[in-house]
Amino acid sequence: MMKRYDPSRAVPGEDHRSRAGADRHQALRPAPDTLPASSLSVAEWTIGLMLLLFLFLPVLSLFLAVTPQRFVAAFGEDVVREALGLSLRTSLMALMVIVIFGTPLAHRLATGRPFPGRAAVEALLQLPWITPPAVAGLALLMAFGREGLVGRYLAEWGVALPFSTAAVVIAQAFEGSAFYVQSARQAFAAVDRQLTEVSRTLGAGPWRTFFRLELPTAMPGLVVGAAMAWARALGEFGATILFAGNMQGVTQTMPLAIYTVLERDLDAALTLAIVLILVGFGLLWLLSRLRQKLS
Amino acid sequence: MRNILAFDIHVPLSSFSLVVKGEAGRGVTAVLGPSGSGKTTLLRCLAGLTRPAAGWIRFRGRDLFSSADGVFIPPERRNVGYVPQQYALFPRLTVFGNVEYGLKARKVPARQRHSHVQNMLKKMGIERLASRTPGSLSGGEAQRVALARAMVLNPDYILLDEPLAALDPQTKQHIREFLRSVLKEASCPVFCVTHDLGDVRQLADRVMVLRQGRMVFEGRVEELEKEDSFVSSHISQT
Repeated sequence: MMKRYDPSRAVPGEDHRSRAGADRHQALRPAPDTLPASSLSVAEWTIGLMLLLFLFLPVLSLFLAVTPQRFVAAFGEDVVREALGLSLRTSLMALMVIVIFGTPLAHRLATGRPFPGRAAVEALLQLPWITPPAVAGLALLMAFGREGLVGRYLAEWGVALPFSTAAVVIAQAFEGSAFYVQSARQAFAAVDRQLTEVSRTLGAGPWRTFFRLELPTAMPGLVVGAAMAWARALGEFGATILFAGNMQGVTQTMPLAIYTVLERDLDAALTLAIVLILVGFGLLWLLSRLRQKLS
Repeated sequence: MRNILAFDIHVPLSSFSLVVKGEAGRGVTAVLGPSGSGKTTLLRCLAGLTRPAAGWIRFRGRDLFSSADGVFIPPERRNVGYVPQQYALFPRLTVFGNVEYGLKARKVPARQRHSHVQNMLKKMGIERLASRTPGSLSGGEAQRVALARAMVLNPDYILLDEPLAALDPQTKQHIREFLRSVLKEASCPVFCVTHDLGDVRQLADRVMVLRQGRMVFEGRVEELEKEDSFVSSHISQT
């Protein structure tokens, strides 16, 4: 008769020892897809750390240049408060404009049939990436200025856009829209076509399918795009100063205020800069959370 | 008027054209042919997801598509039960939510919706899955949910695209028998695209064989079986 293995009879000590041995063996095994460190990786780390230090030092200096008391006190100054309020108002309005006009376009580009001139549309949507903001500001003046292509007709109706708060919103929307549309388009393109088709066969028309299925599915990507567009709008400088000017309380956003008060009130400039950096890091954190959710 | 779905359509594809004419009443019609023969395109045309270049599609004598009269009824107004190859369950909804989706789109009141879904889940033997999400289902379970989602709407006709292709051989046999019993009860035309002769033998009453966009055989399954040489030359037995 053959002896069968019976776990209850196994010698406890022996069992324990063999398992510990297996553990040690596993701990020694290197991860399968990494090679041992070479002189290349050492060199890369050394040079790379220099870049990291180069990026980190200025940020650190900014925070060290102002004491917490003076940081808090700076919020009492009109120039800081007005710039903060104006930036918040204008950038959120720009974001609203971008989302309302950008979402339908992004969806169409992602799901619609190819059309003639598609390449030109793509290029136009990448314009803010490749042109300096100052060029955008000049272009906006040529279009909506008093003598501009559209501006002269607006002037006849008594509408003057340049050097107004509306101009700030326009400059910010111009610079931020590309970021939103690109991200939103990718998000819509990633929605499984089979799902939208099944939705249609189940009796949901194109509008219902868009609002109940595609929009919620693409939402993380839309939020990522909106955050990027908002960051871009908040940081907008060149187009704003050319097209909207630099008037405290009317068109002087945070970046413009930093530039303006730098020489006479360093604390105010530093305070605004720190607020912008904190908002930026807050957005980065939000984006990384969303990316995790996406993957 | 009897429940007859009839079509005579012309659809240009990349390397050939799908030119087919046929009709089917109550019972299961298998659409058989090698991959790339136009089977799925035919199904998509019947569902309203692809618009043919020319021809007509009629159900009970009513035009769903007619190039002559410029009629094209979009999928949401066709009352079709469509189950795509990968089932395409809505990943963000539960099993219950998936089956409920079409009823909601048709504005069925909440209470009725609830009982319709419950009954359908029971009929499909998947009540216990109601609160699960599609990601946690096995292939066989997902298939039943997709079928429940289509059938809860009491469709005029049912379209199944390779319903068994994504399943492993063991599950396949099991689901085949299940499908057979469910489809037998349906009193409407059922089109079932497949490239598997086994599916045809067990599921279908009639069969249409497509090759390079043309219908090379239409008739009863037994008639097809008689033509041994025909079968082997026209169908890939995988």
